[in-house]
Amino acid sequence: MKITVAGEKKEVKEGLTVAELIAIEDVETPEYVTVSLNEEFVEQEGFSATTLKEGDEVEFLYFMGGGR
Amino acid sequence: MGFTNEQLERYSRHIILKEIGVKGQKKLLESKVLIIGAGGLGAPAALYLAAAGVGTIGIADADAVDLSNLQRQVIHTTNDIGKKKVDSAAETMRAINPDVNVKTYYDFVDSTNIMDMIADYDFIMDGTDNFPAKFLINDACVMAKKPLSHAGIIRFKGQLTTILPGEGPCYRCIFKNPPPKDAVPTCKQAGVIGAMGGVIGSLQAMEAVKYITGVGELLSGYLLTYDALKMEFHKIKLPPRGKGCAVCSDHPTITKLIDYEQAACEWHPGDK
Repeated sequence: MKITVAGEKKEVKEGLTVAELIAIEDVETPEYVTVSLNEEFVEQEGFSATTLKEGDEVEFLYFMGGGR
Repeated sequence: MGFTNEQLERYSRHIILKEIGVKGQKKLLESKVLIIGAGGLGAPAALYLAAAGVGTIGIADADAVDLSNLQRQVIHTTNDIGKKKVDSAAETMRAINPDVNVKTYYDFVDSTNIMDMIADYDFIMDGTDNFPAKFLINDACVMAKKPLSHAGIIRFKGQLTTILPGEGPCYRCIFKNPPPKDAVPTCKQAGVIGAMGGVIGSLQAMEAVKYITGVGELLSGYLLTYDALKMEFHKIKLPPRGKGCAVCSDHPTITKLIDYEQAACEWHPGDK
């Protein structure tokens, strides 16, 4: 099935979970990433239980602490 | 307020823009912007806001200029090493534009001083380098209903959002709590490309100018990310405000400011 990750279309296997996508995408500091699925945030505890569907749009939002 | 001939000339490239004009320039000259952090983000933002004729610019920082700052903090020069950053930044801003009234705050923000500091300003800019400060500034701006430009930079990446309390989502809507100390790398540990502060800090200045003049669409409800290596900007639409947010929902659970433990970019022994 096709999903969009950070604005890029990707082909992934049916039934992929958010947790599995985080592993595939090699997300940095995955324990602190915020995930948005179709413009709604997914709770960290729900990553393994959230199954993705065709056409889903996923965004990863990262902590960036620098500035000075 | 009328313009002097010198002002008409100084701001001519603004005044000629139909979106700004004399009216918009007047708004800028009457506006007050507070920049928290006189570093990588704060430096370019302060330069552009001073040049733009923002009437009052507050700048807060409790550090002194260090040699390792000069790779990116373009408001300070080699001659400024050892000076208070706020004094060095104020000198440069006054030299760029004598119209600007610069106020300096030789202090790091904490729960005891931030509400007083932001009270008098129309727009707040977060140019700090650590999560405790970023959460504190977000919460204070939500509580005081002050518009805020939030930003962060690291390595070859940067991001920013504009927070309009009561209207759009806040920083805590995205990130509920600061990460544990040292869980997420800081600039000092990970590095940051100097021009990143220039890109993101200038975008923050752009948001301040747009807010003040009422021009265009703000980054409220979006996180704009920039990846310099891929040379890509990406605008992420955020969910609406407040859905269960601890500070900006209609029934907040955080009603007092919190001083989290410090994990700064440039921590020196003796810093508070």
